[in-house]
Amino acid sequence: MTTMTDPPKAEGFRIGQLINDTRYRSYTFQFIAIVALIFAFSWLAYNASQNEQLQANGFSYEFMSAPAGYDINQQPISYDSQDTHLRATVIGAINTLIVAFLACVTATVFGVIAGVLRLSNNWIISKLMAVYVEIFRNIPVLIWIIIIFTVAANTFPPMSEFRLPRDGSDPTRTLLFGMFAATNQGVYVPRLTLGDTGWIVIATFLASIAGVFGMRSFARKKLYDEGKVVPVLWPSIAILIVPAVLMQFILGSPLGVENPEMGRFSFDGGILLRPSLIALWFALSIYTGAFIAENVRAGILAISRGQSEAAAALGLRPGRIMSLVVLPQALRVIIPPLISQYLNITKNTSLAIAVGYMDLTATLGGITLNQTGRALECILLLMLFYLTFSLIISAVMNVYNNSVALKER
Amino acid sequence: MSEVHAHTVAFVRTSEIPASPPPVAEAGAVKWIKDNLISGPFNTIMTILGILVVAYLLAGLIPWIANGTWTGADIRECREILQGSGGGCFAVIAERWPQLLFGFQYPDYLRWRPTLAFVLLFLAVPPALFVMFLPRWTLIVTAIYPFVAYWLIWGGTILSPIVAAVGFLVGYLVFTKVEKRGFVQGLAAGIVAAVAVWWIGGVIAEEFSRVGALEVVESRALGGFMLNLILGVVCVSLSIPLGIVLALGRQSKLPIVKGFCVVFIEFVRGVPLITLLFVANVVLAYFFPPNSNPDLIIRVIIMITMFSSAYIAEVIRGGLAALPKGQYEAGDSLGLDYPQSMRLIILPQALKISIPGIVNVAVGLFKDTTLVSVISMFDLVGMIRGPILSSTDWTGVYWELWAAACVLFFIVCYGISQYSQWLERQLRTDHR
Repeated sequence: MTTMTDPPKAEGFRIGQLINDTRYRSYTFQFIAIVALIFAFSWLAYNASQNEQLQANGFSYEFMSAPAGYDINQQPISYDSQDTHLRATVIGAINTLIVAFLACVTATVFGVIAGVLRLSNNWIISKLMAVYVEIFRNIPVLIWIIIIFTVAANTFPPMSEFRLPRDGSDPTRTLLFGMFAATNQGVYVPRLTLGDTGWIVIATFLASIAGVFGMRSFARKKLYDEGKVVPVLWPSIAILIVPAVLMQFILGSPLGVENPEMGRFSFDGGILLRPSLIALWFALSIYTGAFIAENVRAGILAISRGQSEAAAALGLRPGRIMSLVVLPQALRVIIPPLISQYLNITKNTSLAIAVGYMDLTATLGGITLNQTGRALECILLLMLFYLTFSLIISAVMNVYNNSVALKER
Repeated sequence: MSEVHAHTVAFVRTSEIPASPPPVAEAGAVKWIKDNLISGPFNTIMTILGILVVAYLLAGLIPWIANGTWTGADIRECREILQGSGGGCFAVIAERWPQLLFGFQYPDYLRWRPTLAFVLLFLAVPPALFVMFLPRWTLIVTAIYPFVAYWLIWGGTILSPIVAAVGFLVGYLVFTKVEKRGFVQGLAAGIVAAVAVWWIGGVIAEEFSRVGALEVVESRALGGFMLNLILGVVCVSLSIPLGIVLALGRQSKLPIVKGFCVVFIEFVRGVPLITLLFVANVVLAYFFPPNSNPDLIIRVIIMITMFSSAYIAEVIRGGLAALPKGQYEAGDSLGLDYPQSMRLIILPQALKISIPGIVNVAVGLFKDTTLVSVISMFDLVGMIRGPILSSTDWTGVYWELWAAACVLFFIVCYGISQYSQWLERQLRTDHR
């Protein structure tokens, strides 16, 4: 008879253990899984190798150095149709990043405003915001993009209304503040011009931003160490603005603004925001803004009432309750979904192809693909770009997220 | 208070004073307005701005709708009827309604079939949506529905859907028999049985292809809102089981399985749906056997299902992670093996937590089905942008058409999201 304390008999390894013993079974399953994977992938690869079109073309990225031969209507860097596909691809990528960045900023603004206002005591405002959120969340973003594109391209006045009529009378329309003109060819906005010494002004401004941070930490140190309250708000505004303005004045206005001017046929100067950019930017902003509004609202609601009541009991003023107690906790709830909304914006910029905005999907995945017929190569590269970009954004945002996350001990 | 005291003090009241009405300024509508609309200068300004916005929107919308016309054969007749009254030319919706719903290639005389399938959807979906209120046997209707709907929409012999259904049924029965020996053996036997039935049944269905035959409709004839609904319903229902498998794989301790699932999920979530649709359109055909040439709609369904299964997997992973560790340990301590503890303990709870998230993914996916218009499929958006707006009869009638599209999508998506909120309230078992 054996007792409980007897060590198990040392047994040799048996084949049956591969199926019945939980210690070894995982190896069996993984082996099956890897065989199945290899089989599946080799089947796919075999099919691809049998494909006539692929056999004829082979797999190479040599076409990237061939002349692209098509025009791009929004060129952040210089480009003409004799440049290579690679340069067209890079321009597409920059255009994607431009619209993604613009839309992220404005979507955050819309979302925060709508989310906070939806919690307002004002019945009309909160209901209006609820209607905004529900309408924009429940209709596909593609429809919004097309609708706004239709608005920008069909209801804005034609360029001719800004032109000086031959008889010398005043034009039908004038520029808004002498700076903005909304035409059906696009919206003209002023351009920032940089003189020779302009970089000094910009550097001064950047230094002032650093100065503001230094000022604030000095004030905090003073408060904690000596209990003296140093005023922060007005000095920081002064530090931010005065040196740069002074420098601009001393150097003789190297930073200038170039307004669009009516030429003979169209506007000269300024920046032209085409209807496609406006449609994409604005539609992504209000659509994603509706989602962000819900995240913001949920984040603020997640902070229990006791927190703000406790802060009030300590004698904090409402502004300080918001900035010191509610917001830091709410941000912890808001940031993670906000990151995924930014990622959604970046991915949704690929809808640009529906309105002819020349982003990466329209250049590399559209015209380049159609001209060269290199579908596999183009789409792989396209996916790789979005994938890299998404992974970078989520990595950066995760670092930030970890820094605001609850420190549990 | 003593009895004596009560009698000696003369001014103690013995009856209650009837409640007097509150001051006018502190009750009813006046108080409500005071508190909610004009409680301070900032609030008052906001109220005025809000009223102005509402008035502006209504001033634009009401004449457009009220003066609009629903009759007229083309844009010129519309203009004559409207006489510049600023109304909308809703005649385009009236005239093109069948095209908006079914696309322009679906045969007119067969439109009753998808309509019937759509009506039956309302019988098939409630058992799945209201699973805790309806008896369980009603789920049979849900299970039968896909086969009936396939037969109605695509036509062909009734034998093919029957064979498919019988294959699933036989597979399930074999699985329940063999399952006692182990989950994996049961699954393998079930799959073998189902494949055998499909193989034999396929031969039979080929032989008697005229039994219960409806006129065949090609996949590329599908279009309009129907295409959005088909893609949405099919892809969501296919991606839920896939998503469960992926989520379990990502939680698994086996490094190879886990690695594959992580790479798949992160890859799919990192790329836009439109690139996946490009894959379906131009690349996917490379990876099929030569000459097999599957329909575009099949390829699109494959890619959209991959897409949504990755998102659903993440939602379910959230549900799995939200369960307390004790639940997993409880399953182990009862001596359940992995499939048993997953099926009996973990998944029922994890899925319950993740239902609202899954519904959100479903709404998002349904909206994303409009992207197929980019790869020249004629869904609702594709129909409006393509055949309808480019026809000379209706050039320039944008607002009415897009308004119709907005209304259709809004009804469906808002309905589903209201359902999800209701479900969230129903499933909230904690007491808050």
